[in-house]
Amino acid sequence: MIYVRLFLEFFQTGLFAVGGGLATLPFLYSISDRTGWFTHSQLADMLAISESTPGPIGINTATYAGFITSGISGAITATVGLITPSIIVILIIYAFLQAFRGNFYVESVFYGLRPASTAMITAAGLIVARITFLNPNPDSVINFKTAILAIVLLIFTNAINRTKNLHPVVWIIFSAIVGIIFEF
Amino acid sequence: MLGKLFELFFTFARIGAVTFGGGYAMLPILQHELVKKRNWTTDEDLADYFAIGQCTPGVIAVNVATFIGRKRAGIFGGIFATLGVVFPSLVIISLLAGVIQIYAEIQWVKHAFAGIRACVCVLIFNAVYKLWRKSVIDIYTLGIYLAILAGAMFLNLSPVIFVLISGAAGVIVNVWRVKK
Repeated sequence: MIYVRLFLEFFQTGLFAVGGGLATLPFLYSISDRTGWFTHSQLADMLAISESTPGPIGINTATYAGFITSGISGAITATVGLITPSIIVILIIYAFLQAFRGNFYVESVFYGLRPASTAMITAAGLIVARITFLNPNPDSVINFKTAILAIVLLIFTNAINRTKNLHPVVWIIFSAIVGIIFEF
Repeated sequence: MLGKLFELFFTFARIGAVTFGGGYAMLPILQHELVKKRNWTTDEDLADYFAIGQCTPGVIAVNVATFIGRKRAGIFGGIFATLGVVFPSLVIISLLAGVIQIYAEIQWVKHAFAGIRACVCVLIFNAVYKLWRKSVIDIYTLGIYLAILAGAMFLNLSPVIFVLISGAAGVIVNVWRVKK
């Protein structure tokens, strides 16, 4: 039964891919090799498309792989398979944290984890910034269009009281329109 | 109870629908929707959830949704929040699946996403600054921040290692301070 196999393959991926959406990639390549459900080039397309659609990349790729394997029900099966291990693991960790709340050692672990978590998010942001603001083309090193947009956004989201507290999605839509008009 | 579950589902579906570029890009949206607007969690808790999400299996966005849903409405809350965050992906990808190669090549879609990427950088920067003020609180946490930042930029290591090292560093610093 294809649905049981889809569920199990993506359950396995969800269980062993540690560290976010991109960590699922090697598992997806291995599924492709073993089952032939989708090709490597379809996987590459899927990754490109994940960058251009909302939603977590790991979920988008699982949905797409499930969809080309067996339609909507395949998409749902693969996605549910992928998220089930996360849900179980997080529920267990939550119960553990509740039980040890206020414990000196647990608090100390989080005292060290918080700046590390902030640092890892900073690094992820810097990697996106590098491909956004720097051109691979040596003639113009800085991409001026995206850089100017970013400076404008920085001012609007931090310095101007009237616009500072707007929902982030306002700026996302604004940036998409600016990107289309000025052909980024 | 049912009302609370639906509220979780739709709140996280909204968050999933406007998250472009993976789990980290979700942080500014989470801060706005959950900390500022609804008071469901704090910036410190979000930092903890992201750290735990780094070293547990699965997609970070899902891990964070499960945590907040569980905190607000028990085990079913965790499940509903998680289903909510993946729902928009399911719908959008299934709709686009047939035309997915063509869609990625459309010029104006490319322009729009170049703009969105610049925006996501700024939003992540703002979100990180908020987290930074609450997590880098003394010389030791500053040291951990700089060390992990350098490691994450220049070493090709699994985030699991950074999480283990920084957790251990937190314990060592605090034990040492207590003894002093």
